[in-house]
Amino acid sequence: MLELQILLIFMIIGALIAVKAKDLLSSVIALGTVGLGLSLAFLILKAPDLAIAQLVVEILCVIILIRATIKKDLPFSTSGRWFFNTIVTFVFLIVFLSFAYFCIKDLPQFGKPIMKVSQFFLNQGLRQTGATNLVSSVVLDYRAYDTLGEATILFTAVVAVLAVMRRAGRKK
Amino acid sequence: MNTQEPGMTLIVKTITRLTVGLILLFGIYIVSHGHISPGGGFAGGVIIALSFIHIMLAFGKEAAFKRINQKAASFFESLGAIMFLTIAILGMVSGYFFLNFGMKGEPFELFSAGTMPLSNIAIAFKVGSGLFMIVVILVLLKIDKKEEEK
Repeated sequence: MLELQILLIFMIIGALIAVKAKDLLSSVIALGTVGLGLSLAFLILKAPDLAIAQLVVEILCVIILIRATIKKDLPFSTSGRWFFNTIVTFVFLIVFLSFAYFCIKDLPQFGKPIMKVSQFFLNQGLRQTGATNLVSSVVLDYRAYDTLGEATILFTAVVAVLAVMRRAGRKK
Repeated sequence: MNTQEPGMTLIVKTITRLTVGLILLFGIYIVSHGHISPGGGFAGGVIIALSFIHIMLAFGKEAAFKRINQKAASFFESLGAIMFLTIAILGMVSGYFFLNFGMKGEPFELFSAGTMPLSNIAIAFKVGSGLFMIVVILVLLKIDKKEEEK
């Protein structure tokens, strides 16, 4: 678990740099290191499917963000209502932490999940579907209806991007 | 910096020429072995889209459109959606929605697990061309903005 904690500290440092950096491009790159750390954490926790998806989507998002920010060097506006913002942040932190304190007590211990449903897939998955990748057998066989919904979401996203970004929609 | 040619510098173009085929091949491998090894339709589709986006970033948008234009991308997106729905409804013929009706086959074989490889390929078409379209739309928006400023 030590390597996981080192990765978490690395990700927190990357996120702090991403928030605090004056330059927009270096902020995007720092955000990319956070995603890389998260994919490595998934790999350490033995979820290679998730690690691949996280890494790939992170690369795509960073490419889009860099593409969107590479030409303009927008300075961050740090002045303004910092007092109000700080108060709101602290209130939300206190509310979140007090709710989290009661919720986290009831969670199972880290690394010891409750295997009520997933044990069935582990026992029966290979025999019933014939796929050796258990994640794939859940995504495309047991829960294929969810995958259909996911595909619909992506289609809707493309349509929405087209609708917002098309030439007629941008006229003032 | 050479501003006449579209795209990035010579170093980026040379490296892209060497690596982009391998990236595409790796995406196809991830898709076709999705039911055996980690990966699957979503991750593989994004890798395939990234190989085309890589060409677009390095050589400019015309070079990417020479390989796959917007009509082909929208065709592949529709093809993926219709393939996935067809597989779902074919399962309905012999049982229920999304019944895995194909041959189970031997574990660890490429042709096994029934309809799962076909579903992976359908999702890869859909995800790959959809994300490629999103990036294309965002990049075209930037180019339009530059033309308006001129």
